[in-house]
Amino acid sequence: MSKQINVALIGNPNTGKTSVFNQLTGLNQKVGNYPGITVEKKEGICKLPRGVKAHIIDLPGTYSLNTTSLDESVAVELLLNKNDKDHPDVAIVISDVENLKRNLLLFTQIKDLEIPTILVINMADRMVRKGITLDIDLMEKKLDTKIALVSTRKKTGIERLKKLIADYKNLSISPNVDTTVIAPEYFKSLQETFPNENLHKLWLVITQDVNFMPLEKKLIKDTSSFNTKSKSELKRLQQKETIKRYQFINSILKETYKVDANAAKGLKATLDKILTHKIFGYLIFFVVLLTIFQAIYDWSSIPMDVIDETFVSASEWVKDSFPPGMLTNLIAEGILSGIGGIVIFIPQIAFLFLFISLLEESGYMSRVVFLMDRVMRPFGLSGKSIVPLISGTACAIPAVMATRTIENWKERLITILVTPFITCSARLPVYLIIIALVIPEGRFLGLGYQAMTLMLLYLIGFGAAILSAMVLNKVLKIKSRTFFVMEMPNYKLPLIKNVAYTVWEKTKSFVFGAGKIILAISIILWFLGSNGFTEKYENADSIIEHRIQTEGLSVFNQESITNDLEAYKIALNDSIAKKVYTIGPEQVKDSIHRLDKELFEKAKHQEIASFKLENSYIGNMGKAIEPMVRPLGYDWKIGIALITSFAAREVFVSTLATIYSVGSDEEHTIKNRMAAEMNANTNKPLFNLASGISLLLFYAFAMQCMSTLAVVKRETNSWKWPAAQLVFMSLFAYIVALVAYQLLK
Amino acid sequence: MSTSIAHLKRGQKGVIREFPDDFLPIKLLELGCLPGNEVELVQVAPFKDPLYINVNGSHIAIRRSMALKIELDLIEDTPSV
Ligand SMILES: Nc1nc2c(ncn2[C@@H]2O[C@H](COP(=O)(O)OP(=O)(O)OP(=O)(O)O)[C@@H](O)[C@H]2O)c(=O)[nH]1
Ligand SMILES: [Mg+2]
Repeated sequence: MSKQINVALIGNPNTGKTSVFNQLTGLNQKVGNYPGITVEKKEGICKLPRGVKAHIIDLPGTYSLNTTSLDESVAVELLLNKNDKDHPDVAIVISDVENLKRNLLLFTQIKDLEIPTILVINMADRMVRKGITLDIDLMEKKLDTKIALVSTRKKTGIERLKKLIADYKNLSISPNVDTTVIAPEYFKSLQETFPNENLHKLWLVITQDVNFMPLEKKLIKDTSSFNTKSKSELKRLQQKETIKRYQFINSILKETYKVDANAAKGLKATLDKILTHKIFGYLIFFVVLLTIFQAIYDWSSIPMDVIDETFVSASEWVKDSFPPGMLTNLIAEGILSGIGGIVIFIPQIAFLFLFISLLEESGYMSRVVFLMDRVMRPFGLSGKSIVPLISGTACAIPAVMATRTIENWKERLITILVTPFITCSARLPVYLIIIALVIPEGRFLGLGYQAMTLMLLYLIGFGAAILSAMVLNKVLKIKSRTFFVMEMPNYKLPLIKNVAYTVWEKTKSFVFGAGKIILAISIILWFLGSNGFTEKYENADSIIEHRIQTEGLSVFNQESITNDLEAYKIALNDSIAKKVYTIGPEQVKDSIHRLDKELFEKAKHQEIASFKLENSYIGNMGKAIEPMVRPLGYDWKIGIALITSFAAREVFVSTLATIYSVGSDEEHTIKNRMAAEMNANTNKPLFNLASGISLLLFYAFAMQCMSTLAVVKRETNSWKWPAAQLVFMSLFAYIVALVAYQLLK
Repeated sequence: MSTSIAHLKRGQKGVIREFPDDFLPIKLLELGCLPGNEVELVQVAPFKDPLYINVNGSHIAIRRSMALKIELDLIEDTPSV
């Protein structure tokens, strides 16, 4: 059996760890020029010389082993825990040649843990432009390690790195800096208490801010025979330690690192001046935002239409070409429409991440954070909340994940809690159809009322997020000792490859993450909608056929058939007059008759389907909640749609399509059908201004997305927060919708 | 002349003074905010907060409240932009 070496890639944020990882393993993980791209550890295999295999672990960036945020602690945990199956045999510290001084701090800390450590100096391709020269040999001697000078962009130095990893047994493991001199007595007693432990490791465990290993820490506290130190004393020691380390590093760099000051500066300074300017900065950001929205809602509508049509015809094809039955229905109506409901969002998600990753790769995102921090702060948010809030306009799921870079737990929690208020793309189809129904088409000052309403809804969502953040900021009593610090990386030309992989990865994780839930729910809904326990459900066919025989089709269907026939006749006569066809009156009558019959059959099926749905499990559920939704101006049909869209909002439209038995998802048809619908309780049109606005507001505020709840649970590690979100948002939505309807009706 | 990072003008530099122990978060120290190091104010965000500084080769943004705490000896000959 060939032996496998555990290798951990550690380094400051944004130094190229993931890029090195991708080079070593041939995998493609997301890379970006924004600190905190990697927030979880990622693993891969690398083949080394002499048939050795290395198990490579890519870690989130950390400035030091004294962690202050969740993503940082991942790295420290791994280094300290010898029992972890991934505990590294060799650590590779990835550093950025332009920031070597700071990067080396982490290096010395890791070296002192007596783990074999290799230093990678990355971004070697930038040395010439920045006027940097290095004495690698001397540096290796002074740091008592091996160094690989690498450029992942130019793909240089990787082979040497692989060789160094394979030879890791030859690395020295003696510490770099003797930290005990900062408090000799203290460290002596510490070592005496734990003779078998690495001193630096003990020291780290004691001073850790984040309590990631409660057990071990407790052990130390309990068994200490030495004077434990107060918090401020410990901090004082940490400061001394840091100074000591920097002294060591400075003395080495003085001899080995030269930078020609004239070569530096330039582009970065100029760009910074413009992009963070107090007027141009905001203007540019505004234009960028507009472009993103334009892309999400305009450019993606074309592929979305194509996807929609494809799935509708696929579902029809299945129904036509397989024997009718349970299975065929499950595939055509449950599974296919479920998958369609996921795939339809791919264009928007892909566009969103295209832009976000362009912004990150170029280095612009950090400038936005810088610009927005002060503006966001009164609301309990951080400049870093901007990325999640923008992502939220496509989908709350990736947005919640993106909060991980916010180091202040309170700011992060608030961001997570308010993100679902942002108008996500799933709300859009619902908004569009209701707006089309209840808002007149006129224009005011060149702006369409309908477009204005849509914009207003976006603003309302954003406003709700901001306001609830403000409230949460007052209500939540969380003390957080962390503080804001944001690195401002160099500007870089985005690599198309990196951007493409980000788009691919994010889209994939959306499809498989959220997709699973959406698919499961649509299958359940299909089941509840196509099964029933009442006699009416069982006998739907005969009941409706009987009704049609005695009363004829529903008024709406009768009218629409008449209209269709009329239109057909006119078209036919037209073509005859123009001599497109030459057919006799007999044939004309015949073909009109055929169409009439066809339309009739179709209408009959739709009415049966509608009646079945009404009496299915879900129909009964809708009727059961009707008393609750009546004060909002809804009837049981909308009640059903509310239930089905609890799992995912966008299901609203397709549910109504089935209920109103229009047989297709075609917006125009549903719209006409909905417009004709009367409210059984009030005998007014069901969708009037009052009930429409009430519905819009309900959808703007309600927490109707299981997948988001699941992600929030994962990110906050407790059911408390998603539960609070669900209850609060739904209640709020209900009250607002209620008030709106009662006022407008 | 003594002042704090928050009082610098754009382009001005200063040297961080000795400060009491356990005064700044350890993370800032690790980024290079240590006594004796040079700080340059690179940019100021609208509303004068946060501040974008270059300390010890690290380009970082910190909030004004923090910047006020870090006292400096001004390097006089640096022109303000
Ligand atoms: N010029 C140059 N840029 C590089 C090189 N290696 C990486 N980069 C860029 O540096 C940025 C950061 O790379 P990542 O691999 O995401 O860095 P990371 O250390 O994994 O970052 P985090 O996961 O956020 O901590 C990206 O924009 C890369 O394209 C290099 O050798 N030369
Ligand atoms: Mg990474």
